Amino acid sequence: MLKLENISLKIDGNSLFSKLNLEVKAGQVTTVMGPSGCGKSTLLRMIAGLESVDTGTIEFADRTLDNLPSHERKLGILFQDDLLFPHLSVGENLAFALPAKIKHQERRDQIEQALEEIELSGMYERDPASLSGGQRARVALMRTLLAQPEALLLDEPFSKLDQELRGRFRKQVFAYAVKNQLPTLLVTHDPADAKAAGGDILSL
Amino acid sequence: MATTIRTVSLLPAFPILTQLLLLLPIAAGLLGVLLPSLGYLPDLGGNQFHFEIFNQLLEHPALPHAVWLTLFSGIIATVLSLSFAILLAAMLSRESLTGNNKNKMASLFTIIRRGLIPLIAVPHAAMALGLAFLVAPSGWIVRWLSYLFMGWETPPEWVTVQDPFGLSLILGLVLKETPYLLLMILAALPQIRAHEYIRIGQSLGYGYFLSWLKLVLPQVYPLIRLPVFAVLAFSLSVVDVALILGPTTPPTLSVLILRWIDDPDLLFRFLASAGAVLLLLLTLGSLIFWRFSEWLIFQKFRNWLSNGKRGNVNGVHNIAALSGSLLLGTAFLSLLSLAFWSLSLRWPYPLVLPQRWSSRNWERHWSSLQETAFTTLEVGVITGIIALFLVVGCLENEQWRSVRFSLRSQWMLYLPLLIPQATFLLGIQILAVRMEMDGTFLLLVWSHLLFVLPYIFLTLADPWRNLDTRFPKIGQCLGASPLRILFRIKLPLLLKPLLVAAAIGFAVSVAQYLPTLFAGGGRFATLTTEAVSYATGADRRVIGVYGFLQAMFPWIALLLALAIPRWRFRNRAALL
Repeated sequence: MLKLENISLKIDGNSLFSKLNLEVKAGQVTTVMGPSGCGKSTLLRMIAGLESVDTGTIEFADRTLDNLPSHERKLGILFQDDLLFPHLSVGENLAFALPAKIKHQERRDQIEQALEEIELSGMYERDPASLSGGQRARVALMRTLLAQPEALLLDEPFSKLDQELRGRFRKQVFAYAVKNQLPTLLVTHDPADAKAAGGDILSL
Repeated sequence: MATTIRTVSLLPAFPILTQLLLLLPIAAGLLGVLLPSLGYLPDLGGNQFHFEIFNQLLEHPALPHAVWLTLFSGIIATVLSLSFAILLAAMLSRESLTGNNKNKMASLFTIIRRGLIPLIAVPHAAMALGLAFLVAPSGWIVRWLSYLFMGWETPPEWVTVQDPFGLSLILGLVLKETPYLLLMILAALPQIRAHEYIRIGQSLGYGYFLSWLKLVLPQVYPLIRLPVFAVLAFSLSVVDVALILGPTTPPTLSVLILRWIDDPDLLFRFLASAGAVLLLLLTLGSLIFWRFSEWLIFQKFRNWLSNGKRGNVNGVHNIAALSGSLLLGTAFLSLLSLAFWSLSLRWPYPLVLPQRWSSRNWERHWSSLQETAFTTLEVGVITGIIALFLVVGCLENEQWRSVRFSLRSQWMLYLPLLIPQATFLLGIQILAVRMEMDGTFLLLVWSHLLFVLPYIFLTLADPWRNLDTRFPKIGQCLGASPLRILFRIKLPLLLKPLLVAAAIGFAVSVAQYLPTLFAGGGRFATLTTEAVSYATGADRRVIGVYGFLQAMFPWIALLLALAIPRWRFRNRAALL
């Protein structure tokens, strides 16, 4: 369970939100909604440890995350852009996320299997720049999942996909969250996203 | 977690170490000339402080003329370089704005841009040697004139190279400094969103060049002030170019200092130190004078900026095209004449091409060439690696600890470029002799680092800061430690700017003359020191060999820096 207590955000002295409390249970998708500039993306980055928290605490599975550096928080994050590393191949992008303790042949096998799961079999060596938008989005999702996160943070990951793709990809993401029992926090300004998520909705 | 804290908390050491490495030798060097100039140098029996040496210096018969020459050549060279750079930048940025302009003028400007910018990598000495071949009374230009029109049987009795007014020295400096300032201006233009201002100016009825002068120049100048200062300080105190092209009786002050140091009578070192202090004062005085003139010119033209006079300045692009082509042509022919001489067996006056071609010059000097080339490579590569390590550490520190780059640190980077080399390097040499460190490889690399590090930092800083920060962030969220992010994400993504910065650092190292001579204690021969030492008197074919190889070295580095990322990322469309 992901738990936020008394989180406040001030930018240049203006309070964007204060004393925010939020709990996300395992396998549940909670949506944070609001217009751009309301601080919803910043909230997500605070949870991920990419931005420092002024007041309040963030807890996850009953331990506080406050002093933990970002790379030790085990939170998977998906951004609006897929942000595939342009210097690595598709397979290497996935391998970057896979824990180092998985070695040699098993490593390669797991990646091939992951590629198959996102319908990109045999594309290990491909240049990410040569994939379509939908394919890239799936690689980004799979890369996040391979790091074996214990919660998911979604920063409008569907907003740049076209209408038809969006619905399918959304379903795929939520299905993973439920299957792996991950507490998931979705930030969006699209009511359709919130409806599809089906969980609590928090408006900022 | 412990490892993260450790790696990130080590980062502040980088800027501190870098500052120490830059400031320590400069401070020591200044002290090292100041004390002897006031009579204190125990090794040579000077135990008392007095002003006697400065009296000697001021009464020296060569001094007034040397000072006049130094100021004249330095200031005129800077004024000309800056004017050409502004003129060319205005025209070159125009071509990049309109883009699809396919007329003749546009393609000429494209050639000028593509030709001039790479000249930055050519060492000053090589350019000066080539220029000497070109403009000498028996040089290439005269030979062509003679062949085409004049039919001179013997070379005319003009003094062109090492002329008493330092005109060829000025031309040599302008050839090198114009491309540098041009690149600095072109790089600064996007920061001030120059083309938007020009569009506004044009929509208000101002011509293109007038919009540039009234709207862009006042904004861009403050951004290139430090590079202009560096050019001024360099031109006032340059040694290698002045040895090759400058007047000899008397020479400029920095060459005079060098002569006094080389004097077998060691007591001349006192005089040299006083001369070095005077050179420092002249440089500082000129910088202050320049700053004051800037202010005065701005006051004077303040009214002109908003007086509403529109229209256009006619013919500017013709002047720009002419001056750009002349500069580029001179530089290109200079380098070509080095190549031709290096490959000629016999090339008597007035032939325009060698009578017999041969690779014999190269073969005869092959073994000593190999040795000097290796030393050059060794110093350049080691210095470059150290500088890259420090610069990457400083930039990482900036990002992880969100430290902003301050104006103070920028001045510090420029400090080694603003203080005359002849001044603090002489001081370093005097101290090094005392500490028995002179002629060590360590001191040689350290002295090169003073000039290599600032250029590497200035080249790498912008691409590093402009890297999409979400890439490292997503790496963090995928569980990668700061070190892993550095090696697996940032360094590969920044491979091209890293290699280009390294190549520029290498080029700077290859070009160093005085540091190699002073800090190396004469024990290390690089392509530059060899080329300059052959310049006085030796066979033109030998000069051609050393000069041409010296000019080629930075080019090869730059080509590699561009080719390696292309090859490495040949299957990565987003990075090509």
